[in-house]
Amino acid sequence: MSGSVLEVKNLHVSIEDKEILKGVDLTVKGGEFHAIMGPNGTGKSTLASAIMGHPKYEVTEGTITLDGEDVLEMEVDERARAGLFLAMQYPSEISGVTTSDFLRSAINAKREEGDEIPLMKFIKELDKDLDYLDIDQNMATRYLNEGFSGGEKKRNEILQLMQLKPDIAILDEIDSGLDIDALKVVSKGINKMRSDNFGCLIITHYQRLLNYITPDFVHVMMQGRVVKSGGPELAKRLEAEGYEWIKEELGIEDEETAEQNA
Amino acid sequence: MTVETKLPFNQEYIQAFSKDRNEPGWMATLRSKALEMADSLDMPKPDKTKISNWNFTDFQHSYKEAAKIASLDELPEELKAYFDKDASMENLYIQRNQTAAYNSLSQELQDKGVIFTDIFTAMNEHSELVEKYYMSDAVAVDQNRLTALHAALMNGGVFVYVPKNLQIEDPLQAIFWQEDTDSALLNHVLVVAEEGSSVTYVENYISHNDTEETVANLVTEVFAHDNAQVAYGAVDNFAAGTTTYVNRRGVAQRDAQINWALGQMNDGNTVSENITYLLGDNANSEAKAVSVGRGKQTQNFTSSIRQFGKETDAYILQRGVMKGGASTIFNAIGKIEHGATKSNSEQESRVLMLSEKSRGDANPILLIDEDDVTAGHAASVGRVDPLQMYYLMSRGLEQEEAERLVIHGFLAPVVSQIPIESVRKQLTQVIERKVY
Ligand SMILES: Nc1ncnc2c1ncn2[C@@H]1O[C@H](COP(=O)(O)OP(=O)(O)OP(=O)(O)O)[C@@H](O)[C@H]1O
Ligand SMILES: [Mg+2]
Repeated sequence: MSGSVLEVKNLHVSIEDKEILKGVDLTVKGGEFHAIMGPNGTGKSTLASAIMGHPKYEVTEGTITLDGEDVLEMEVDERARAGLFLAMQYPSEISGVTTSDFLRSAINAKREEGDEIPLMKFIKELDKDLDYLDIDQNMATRYLNEGFSGGEKKRNEILQLMQLKPDIAILDEIDSGLDIDALKVVSKGINKMRSDNFGCLIITHYQRLLNYITPDFVHVMMQGRVVKSGGPELAKRLEAEGYEWIKEELGIEDEETAEQNA
Repeated sequence: MTVETKLPFNQEYIQAFSKDRNEPGWMATLRSKALEMADSLDMPKPDKTKISNWNFTDFQHSYKEAAKIASLDELPEELKAYFDKDASMENLYIQRNQTAAYNSLSQELQDKGVIFTDIFTAMNEHSELVEKYYMSDAVAVDQNRLTALHAALMNGGVFVYVPKNLQIEDPLQAIFWQEDTDSALLNHVLVVAEEGSSVTYVENYISHNDTEETVANLVTEVFAHDNAQVAYGAVDNFAAGTTTYVNRRGVAQRDAQINWALGQMNDGNTVSENITYLLGDNANSEAKAVSVGRGKQTQNFTSSIRQFGKETDAYILQRGVMKGGASTIFNAIGKIEHGATKSNSEQESRVLMLSEKSRGDANPILLIDEDDVTAGHAASVGRVDPLQMYYLMSRGLEQEEAERLVIHGFLAPVVSQIPIESVRKQLTQVIERKVY
C-alpha cells in the first residue's frame, strides 16, 4: 500500500469562542507536497494546530480523518503515533531535557515495548541526520530548544521530522527566520523525505522556499477558508502580485468592511 | 496551643549513655548542659509552617549493637543501588542504626592524615579536634530546643577531616541506614577542611518505617578554612513514619567555597535548615536543593546564605515538585551584612504543582545592610506548562512520559550537581518513585 491520506472536511474551529476556521476542505495524500499560503491571521496555524490537537483550539464542526480513522477522537500523542507530525511555528523550550534524550523517547514511543531502538543505532542515525542538516553535534546534548536561535529551532524541527519519519507532516513557517544557507539545508532535509509514503503540508509566506521544494498543489487561505487552489504557478503569481487580485476575483471583502456593510 | 511534653530522658540516662561510649569529659558535660537547657528552650519556628503538634521529643533512644557489614552483598538491593557496581568499597562509611557497621578509608588518604570515621571513634582518638568544632561556631546548642536535644542525645554520625593543602579527588561517601524501625536517629556530621584543601562528601539517609513513628534530629557542621573547598551532596530518604529536623550549616573563611546539593526526598514531615556563613572575604557558596512532596506530608525548607566578608558570592537554588495533598514551604534567605561590600546574592526558587490539593509556597527574602552590592531573586509556583506538554505529546510521547520528562528537566539543575553518579541515579529513581 502506498502512503496515508489525511482528509479535512468542512472544518470549523474556534478559539476562545471566536470562530477562526469557517469550513476548510483539504486532502493530503502520501507522495504529495501541498503548500498553503495566505495573509497573516487568516487561520493557517489554526488549521495546523487543530489537526495536531492543540488544547486551545475547539473544533465545532467538520471532520479530520487519517486513512479513514477519526483524528478528532484521538489524543495529541495518539495522532502523532498514528503518523502525523507538526513542525511548529513556535516550538516550546524544554529545560533540563536534552535533545537526544527527548528524541530517543519520541522514537521509542512509536515502537512496541521491548522493541526500543538500540542505543548505538540511535546515535548513528542521529549523527547522520545532524550531519545532513549541518547541525553542530553539541545540539544533541543541549536542552531541547532552550536558548536556541530562531534558525536553530527550525533546523531542530526538521531533525525531528527526519528522525521520526511520519506519514503526513505539516510544516508551519519552517522557513521564517532562516538565512539563505539554512533555508537550503532545511529544504534539503524536507526533500529527502519525499517518497510515496510521505505527504507534506507546507505553510509559508514566501515563494523562495518553494523554489527549493516544488509543491504539487498550492492553496490560498483567506478568512478561515481555502479560497483558491492551483499548481506551483499560483505561488509565483502570489509572490509577484500579492493577494488583492484574488480578493477581487472572488469578491472577498476585508472583514471590518464586511462587518460595517452588514 | 503548644504541646508541653516533658522530655523522657534524665541526666542519669545521659551520663550512663556517655560513659558507655567512653566519651571524653567535655562531651559528657556538653550533653548534660544541653539537656538542662532543652526544657526551657523554644522549638524552632519555621516560617509559615505550624509544627506545634509534630512529635519531635517523644522517641526511643535505646541502643543495641547492630551487626557489622563485611561485604556489600549483605546489603538489601535498595541500598546497593547507592554504590557504583564495581565500587572499591573504599572511602565509604556505613552506619547501621547507631552502629558503625562498615568503614574504609584508602591507605593513601590515611597516610596523608585524612580522618573519616564515626563520631564516637573520632571523639576518642581526636578529642581536641572534635571539641574545637563540635556545636560551637556553626550550630549552637542553644539555638532551639531541638538543637539542645540533639546535643544531649546525639547517637551517631561521622567526622571528616582534611589536612592543609590536600586535595581529595574521590568523594567520601556515608550511608546512614536506619534498619530498625523504632529507634530515633540523632546524627551528627562534622566536616573540617583545613586551609587550601578540598573534599567532596556525599551522604544518604535511608529508613523503612512507613507506619512506625520515630524521629530524626540531624545536625551537619561544615568548616571550610581559607581557600578550602567543600562539595556536600545529600539524599535524605526517610520513610513516612519519621519526623525530621535537619540542620545543616557551613562556615566559609577567606576564599573558601562550600557548595551544597541536597536531595530532600523524605516521605515524612520535615523541617530543614541549610545555612551558610560566608565569613571571609571572597568566600562563595551555592546552596541547591530539590524536594518532591507527596501524600499528606508537610515540609518546610529554608536555604540561607549570610555574607559577612567582602566580595562574597552566594547562589541559592530551590526546586520542588508537589503532588497529592503535600504541602511545602520554600524559604530562600539571602543576607548581606554591613561591610560586605561588592558582594553578590542571587536566588531562585521554583515550585511545580502536580495536583489541585497540594500546596507550595516559595518565599524569596533578601536582607541587605550594605549599599555597594548586587542581588537578585526569582520565585515562581506553577503548573506544568500545557504548551510544553502539547509539544512533547505531538511527538508521540504519552502524557505520563511527557510529564516525566518535564519534571526531570525541572529538577535537573539540582540533581545534576549531586557528586557521585550512582547517588545521582539513585536520586533520580527516588524522584521517579515519589512522582509516580
Ligand atoms: N488565543 C487567541 N485568542 C483570540 N484570537 C486568537 C487567539 N489565537 C489566535 N487568534 C486569532 O486567530 C486568527 C488566526 O490565527 P493564525 O495563527 O491561525 O493565523 P496565521 O494564518 O497562521 O497567521 P500568520 O501568517 O501571521 O502566522 C488570528 O486573527 C489570531 O489573532
Ligand atoms: Mg501562523
